[in-house]
Amino acid sequence: MRLEECPHPVPLIGAALDPMKTETNPRHLQRKACLLRRHIIRMVGVGKTGHIGGSCSCADIVAALYFSVMNIDPAQPDDPARDRFILSKGHAALVLYAALAERGFFPIGELDRVKQAGAMLQGHPDRLRTPGVEANTGSLGQGLSLANGMALAAKLDASNHRVYVILGDGEINEGQVWEAAMFGAFHGLDNLTATLDRNGLQAMGPTKTRLDTGPLRDKWLAFGWHVVEIDGHDMAQILDAFAQAKAHHGSPTLILANTVKGKGLSFAENNPGFHNGMMTQEQYDLAGRELDAALAALDDPT
Amino acid sequence: MSPDIQKLEIVARRLRRQIIRMVAAAGSGHCGGSLSAIDLLTYLYFCELRVRPEEPQWPDRDRFLLSKGHCAPALYAVLAERGFFPEQKLWTLRGINSSLQGHPDMRKTPGLDMTTGSLGQGFSCGVGMALAAKMDHKPYRVYVMLGDSELQTGLLWEAAMMARQHGLDNLIAIIDNNKLQSDGVTETIVDVEPIAEKWRAFGWETRRINGHDFRQIQAALAESRSANQRPKVIIADTVKGKGVSFMEGVVTWHSGAPNAEQVQAALKELGGDV
Amino acid sequence: MTEAVPNRVIYGRTLVELGQGNPRIVVLDADVPKSTNTSQFREAFPDRFFNCGVAEQNMICIAAGFAASGKIAFASTFAVFASMRACEQVRTSVAYPRLNVKIVATNAGLDNAGDGVTHQGIEDLAIMRSIPNLTVLSPSDPVTTRKAVLAIAQREGPAYMRLGRNPSPVLYEENVEFEIGKMIPLRNGDDLAIIATGNMVHQALIAADSLAGQGIQARVLDCHTIKPVDKAAILDAARTTRGIITAEDHNVVGGLGGAVCEVLSELCPARVKRVGLKDCFATSARDYRELLAHFQMDAAAIQAAAYELCGSKSAHIPSRSSARRSTP
Repeated sequence: MRLEECPHPVPLIGAALDPMKTETNPRHLQRKACLLRRHIIRMVGVGKTGHIGGSCSCADIVAALYFSVMNIDPAQPDDPARDRFILSKGHAALVLYAALAERGFFPIGELDRVKQAGAMLQGHPDRLRTPGVEANTGSLGQGLSLANGMALAAKLDASNHRVYVILGDGEINEGQVWEAAMFGAFHGLDNLTATLDRNGLQAMGPTKTRLDTGPLRDKWLAFGWHVVEIDGHDMAQILDAFAQAKAHHGSPTLILANTVKGKGLSFAENNPGFHNGMMTQEQYDLAGRELDAALAALDDPT
Repeated sequence: MSPDIQKLEIVARRLRRQIIRMVAAAGSGHCGGSLSAIDLLTYLYFCELRVRPEEPQWPDRDRFLLSKGHCAPALYAVLAERGFFPEQKLWTLRGINSSLQGHPDMRKTPGLDMTTGSLGQGFSCGVGMALAAKMDHKPYRVYVMLGDSELQTGLLWEAAMMARQHGLDNLIAIIDNNKLQSDGVTETIVDVEPIAEKWRAFGWETRRINGHDFRQIQAALAESRSANQRPKVIIADTVKGKGVSFMEGVVTWHSGAPNAEQVQAALKELGGDV
Repeated sequence: MTEAVPNRVIYGRTLVELGQGNPRIVVLDADVPKSTNTSQFREAFPDRFFNCGVAEQNMICIAAGFAASGKIAFASTFAVFASMRACEQVRTSVAYPRLNVKIVATNAGLDNAGDGVTHQGIEDLAIMRSIPNLTVLSPSDPVTTRKAVLAIAQREGPAYMRLGRNPSPVLYEENVEFEIGKMIPLRNGDDLAIIATGNMVHQALIAADSLAGQGIQARVLDCHTIKPVDKAAILDAARTTRGIITAEDHNVVGGLGGAVCEVLSELCPARVKRVGLKDCFATSARDYRELLAHFQMDAAAIQAAAYELCGSKSAHIPSRSSARRSTP
């Protein structure tokens, strides 16, 4: 479905956020997260598959990062002193694209052309094609290692910039994640903050029945990380966790974010079918209404 | 049955002599890690593993995988001692037509359950074997020996998760924790401690022992037989190069053949004929 | 420098040379720096060296992370692990985003004799050259190894280089011209051409000497760049000699032999004999030369291939018109 056909057009907030001003109001950030979800379902449209579930589950975290936590400037996407973000669970690319568009890294119209041949926005993030994307992810398990390299480079260059990664809970089946975890802790990469989007579901079903990776907190502690566990949809907790991570020294931080896959869309919540799912017209319309209602409820009355 | 500790010590010392001779004859090989592992291997092959040297493929045998495959000389020494093949074969280690390859080759050597050498893979294979035993309702157990630096390998943790997921209480991992790896002291390269906490967090029943104390080895293995849905790991603290004073704790003896003088000195210390 | 030196030792030295001139150079290894000789860089610049332990996949992506942060990252381990254990990471995190990572893998081929099959990388050229954006090199001697390392450092983008283990004899003067993608002609001859890479270049020279004694003049070409392969040199060999032998310490499937055959079959079909490991695993051996002989990959094997191409052991060479046809 094209933008012009969409019965619930998304208000375009394409203007870049002033890089000197970051959002601190949790309510405003929640609204941003809603906006990102709105973009996600618009990008997927009707009758085509898209990674709705995993994109929606981390939308709050991504909103916090892009509109509050990270030091980035869309006008200077290559500034060496910028914070880095790696979406290690690269299949959730839609939420990253939505955030980058809203922050002004590229025209919002590009969201309409996702996955088209030759488009700026590929099925999985591509740093050569998309301004603001730091790493080519999609093959699970590689992002934390990449982040290690970036964080180590920052230390080497005595730069204060920070590195943020989002991992999926299915993704931590990958041994490479544990290699990276061991390495990151060993090198005391306290400028690295990883967030585990623990939505309990992976491609074909519940994480628990595939390869139960619990108890997660104990694992990351045993691997030498500082661990903060939160409700991944509570913006105040999210912001507080990132602040804690920034203040913590000597080891990297893992924010264990308990989330709901498909958060924000009633039919998709906790539904494994929407890992890479397809919406009917009815579901698409329902999603639009639900998200618009949520947006309206979060509108600043002043 | 209580094992005769003295006898085990005599056997282990003899096998240490075999290792030194073997690697010297081959001109290359891994002494340090072979010497640290040999007490554990001696106990396994003489007191623990249900195997039949005259029938290496006995379907109900316990399986043993040397995931730290570079310590093949130790395994070959104990297999020969146990009667899987004649002792003379030991002196052909790494030779071009030898049945004893530089790393274990299951197609060439009687008594080997898996081809290993690329760290982490033996352990993963062991998980597969343990799963097969469960599927087939077979009573045999699967034992895997790992090195401590092998814990740096991601594949290992994939397999560890799988073992827990499938309740492989017939799988026993033994870590030859000699604290040294190819490039140096493990804790200075990528520290793998705290080892016990890691394995517990991954759902394994964990024990820690002195890997050169036969009584402790016995106790740990005896306790690792419970059918409780949890795989078992024994962290065995050892000394790399154990038994040869100039090799003990020395990084450079990770690999390399002793020269004639060193062989003499080592054999003397190990109470053998020079 | 005239004595044989392992090319990996030269690699280590050249890394130090690079490190002195360029603070952006960082070096990573996966627990084998004394073998790969990245230990030399570690000694000189400990703050810029990182041992990732037994974790090759992690190492490659950390290297990528460094490169994405403006560094020039060298990552080393054994060829078998670089090309297989971490293959996907090389492809997806390094080659696909064209990051400035140089993977230099040592102990390649059967040169890792004693350790045996698990440690002998005999597929790495085939694997690496099938990955887009990746330059693939295989220098033969200490002089060209140094130049190759300098060349890949200079050239922005992903690269893979394989080196052996044992000492390699010096084949060139210090001022030899080295250009990525251009074979070096070591010996002229028009009866046949031997296109060799890495350790096999020396074997090719020995074979060519022997063949000359029997009146067969063999051209010897050092193919130090497997990708991009020097098409012009291959085509010239096809058009001006009676046949081509490829020689590599690698499986005959997919490596140098494959690359040469691809060019010829498309542009100038010619007779080719591939010398290398005949799509089988080798074994342990106490001596590398023993393995080469046993698996028919040494000078004698190249000579035998020459005789097959020539039709007989004697100096009689079949006439040009019967040898091959070429496309105009």
